[in-house]
Amino acid sequence: MDTPKTAEFAHIGKSVIVKGDLTGSEDLYVDGQVEGSINLQGNSLTVGPNGQIRANVSAKTVIVQGKLEGNINATERVDFRKSAIAVGDVITQRVAIEEGAYFKGKVDIGKPESPGGRSEFKTDRDTVSPVANRAAAGTGSPIPGVTGKTPVTDIKKV
Amino acid sequence: MASVAHSFMKIFRGSSAGPDQIAAPAQKSKRLTRRSSGLAELAKSFASEEPLCVLDLGSTSAANIRYLTGRGHKLYSEDLLVASTEPSLATKDEAGKPALDSKRFLSDNLAYGPGQFDVVLCWNLADYLDESLVKPVMGRLWSLMKPGGMLLAFFHTHEAGPDAPCYRYHIVEGDILEMHHVDPRREVRKGPTGVSHTTIGTGVRLQRVFNNRHIENLFRDFSSIKFFLARDHIREVLVIR
Repeated sequence: MDTPKTAEFAHIGKSVIVKGDLTGSEDLYVDGQVEGSINLQGNSLTVGPNGQIRANVSAKTVIVQGKLEGNINATERVDFRKSAIAVGDVITQRVAIEEGAYFKGKVDIGKPESPGGRSEFKTDRDTVSPVANRAAAGTGSPIPGVTGKTPVTDIKKV
Repeated sequence: MASVAHSFMKIFRGSSAGPDQIAAPAQKSKRLTRRSSGLAELAKSFASEEPLCVLDLGSTSAANIRYLTGRGHKLYSEDLLVASTEPSLATKDEAGKPALDSKRFLSDNLAYGPGQFDVVLCWNLADYLDESLVKPVMGRLWSLMKPGGMLLAFFHTHEAGPDAPCYRYHIVEGDILEMHHVDPRREVRKGPTGVSHTTIGTGVRLQRVFNNRHIENLFRDFSSIKFFLARDHIREVLVIR
């Protein structure tokens, strides 16, 4: 397990519960519970296997081995290990997900939140699919061989 | 003769992971690759410069995230099969038979705005999802998709047999999928009383086999359906909202 040396990381042990906003300028390892928000601009957050986070997280790198509910904004990388359970949206440059990790949410690559700025999480905009737009300009269907608006079935042996 | 057979097979190549499937480099870890004609059709949309909003309902896949976000698309990931194993969903239907609470399931999952997605990757979800959730989930997906949006789903044929393994699908490139067998895993879940239980999943089993008529009924609200019959006992279905 990737438990860091405590001298290198600030460490929240598994019996510790923190409620509120957590801000720091050093790397943080959380094996306990945190509710609120975590802001470690330029530093990394590691959620240990016993860690349970219910917070929006902003950091350079986020490594999740435990449970994290909340949005993640990582300027560099997000790493979900195989025991990770993560629910929330992710904005980062790179994502690594081990086989077996559970993730529910949106992934947005390459658009980290600017310092002090607002989150770039947005709801999606168009009401008609670009796929449909393209179809409208052509055959009426984006699938070759399928046309028209009434239900159409096309069976193809390949 | 061999060349004739070879030419013949070339004509019918496409969605296939039969005996001639592409050699998998890591057989020990139950990784296979297959060509997917349905994905090939979708890949034309993925090649678009216009950013698409994609919902992946299979197991979380770094490969799919990399493939789709690398092309500038937005990806939402939600593993509905795992979500359906939530013990507190257990209830009984009108006949008193065990079922899952579809209303509660849909309040906890697929909670997006209407008309949000251009593409939905269903993979083999319908084959393994509990009967009580299949139609409600497809109904919700219809409402979440934009008009003209596309949905890709895989269905086993009868020949696959009841023990057909469940795979998670990773997009390798335009029409190539890598398939990983879904292994049993230890899961910690909260029960109805709030107490955490650790269970060892026994894997998921094929719940039913849809024939063409069933599939057409399942997607009857959609505007069109295209089937791709593969040699590995899989029907690929590409549906347009």
